[in-house]
Amino acid sequence: MHNPIIRAENLTRKFGDFTAVDHISFEVGRGEIFGFLGANGAGKTTAIRMLTGLLAPTEGTASVAGLDVEKKAEQIKKEIGYMSQKFSLYEDLTVRENIRLYGGIYGLSDNEISQKSNQLIKMLGMQELQKKMIGALPLGWKQKLAFSVALIHEPQIVFLDEPTGGVDPITRRQFWEQIYKVAEEGTTVFVTTHYMDEAEYCDRVSIMVDGRIDALNSPAGLKEQFDAGDVEEVFIRLARGADRGE
Amino acid sequence: MLIVVNNRIQNKIDTFIGFVVKEFKQIYRDKRTLLVLFGMPIIQMLLFGFAIRNEVENAKVAVLDHSNDEVTRQITGKIDASNYFSVEGSIQSYEEIDELFQQGEVNEVIIFESDFARQLQRGKQPAVNIVSDASNPNLAQLIQQYSTSIIVDWQQRKGGLPNKQNRGVVANANMLFNPELESVNLFVPGLIAVILMLISALMTSISITREKEMGNMEILLVSPLRPAQIIIGKVLPYLVLAFVNVLTVLALAKWVFGVPFRGSYGLFLTESLLFIFTALALGVFISTKANDQQTAMMVALAGLLLPTVLLSGFIFPISSMPWPLQLLSNLIPARWFLVIVRSIMLKDSSLLLLWKETLILLVMTLGFIALSVKNFKVRLQ
Repeated sequence: MHNPIIRAENLTRKFGDFTAVDHISFEVGRGEIFGFLGANGAGKTTAIRMLTGLLAPTEGTASVAGLDVEKKAEQIKKEIGYMSQKFSLYEDLTVRENIRLYGGIYGLSDNEISQKSNQLIKMLGMQELQKKMIGALPLGWKQKLAFSVALIHEPQIVFLDEPTGGVDPITRRQFWEQIYKVAEEGTTVFVTTHYMDEAEYCDRVSIMVDGRIDALNSPAGLKEQFDAGDVEEVFIRLARGADRGE
Repeated sequence: MLIVVNNRIQNKIDTFIGFVVKEFKQIYRDKRTLLVLFGMPIIQMLLFGFAIRNEVENAKVAVLDHSNDEVTRQITGKIDASNYFSVEGSIQSYEEIDELFQQGEVNEVIIFESDFARQLQRGKQPAVNIVSDASNPNLAQLIQQYSTSIIVDWQQRKGGLPNKQNRGVVANANMLFNPELESVNLFVPGLIAVILMLISALMTSISITREKEMGNMEILLVSPLRPAQIIIGKVLPYLVLAFVNVLTVLALAKWVFGVPFRGSYGLFLTESLLFIFTALALGVFISTKANDQQTAMMVALAGLLLPTVLLSGFIFPISSMPWPLQLLSNLIPARWFLVIVRSIMLKDSSLLLLWKETLILLVMTLGFIALSVKNFKVRLQ
């Protein structure tokens, strides 16, 4: 791949005797929507933690935005956005206060923050809600806002860890429209999900089993490779061979 | 170049301030937290100050006077006149005593021998018997001591007594530093320790684990904020609030309860600050171990508050504990803080006399900080 934005080579993480991530290698291109699939306990979260600089690899190397995850962890943090399934905005702060807080944390100036806030609120159609506490908003709104806030510093890559958990299908659909939009603007999206229909929306999909990447291809390529009707079938076939249970 | 660097530093400071402001807002908006932070100290202070007292006030006394002469009436009058006792009436026979105690009508009966005044004149020593209801042993002991000392006092003022023949040694006990034996004077330092533990250790550990539980901690760790900035940002508001509470309790103690303050305010506030740091470090340490608010709260309550109340010497004197508990009490920061604060408040001790206790607190604080840092690192490795 020409000039990948994420590159992992034999990336490995052990906890004692347990190998959570087992020599995985892959590359992600700029502006790509990269699906990161795997059953619970397959090692997705550990892999993401290494890529975001939260966890040091035991073996192998990885670079994100051209920066080595082990040596330049602090610099990587400025180049990435992150949103997790566990919710990330403060429930007892208002919409505007949350935007201001995260803008501040990512080092935006006061001017930039006010500009961004107005822009975001307008874009999401939340003018009426900007003084409301996050806790009072429906989950769908929160998720959309959290995604926008994760992008407030215009990162090169955004990591989404099961961003649509527990959200209704319509909101999920809208959420994916948002993802497409930022990918079109050139932001790389690295997303984990449990929903197989969402896997179909990705440019390429990797499937982790027992800490290894057992398959990596475009959704169409995967179906052809495994002679399956959809990605779900591929996933189930691979996951069934797993040693680690749920 | 320099301007760029300055800007960057300025930016960092702005980021940090923004984070601290957020913490204050969250505290301000959480009514429960506010109640604990500001209601609790005042309520505790009032409770301990007014309701929970060790000293005796208006203990009820009945008199069984077999002599009923001028002298016995004088002594009875003196006892009644003191703040500690009120004489409720007189009884005629020993049989009535049990009944009175059972009814709980009186706490103590004072019995004068017959021919009291006459015996005194003849140079004999007539007996005063004091019977008290010891179903409340502390109270019984206290009022016995008080009434005895009133009688001895009367005797001395009368002069000539004890008379020449049996002049003995008269014990003269003096209570230094807290002559009124006001328990509120003793409670205040202990209360400050409890309140600081409550705010600094309990509240910070809850607030940090809440970030973990809600998933915010993950986001913060992925952000350019350094772990140290996150922790300091979380802890700073509680440091300020704890300090405000020290001042509140001190003001209440001084102006509402008239507790004397003989030492240096500067030293007192510095030592309080040190103890706040100890408690904060403990709070952070707990939050590196506990993964949810519930655990943090249980650990802080059972592991910190309870020992602070029971083993620090706040209520029960350490010297009267069995030795295993005495040893254990050495591990409790509040124990050392109590010594320091009592000495400063009541005895005007200087740092020269308190350096050992101060050093112990300092070492404990640094130890807990080191442990927390180690734990925090382990989580990220």
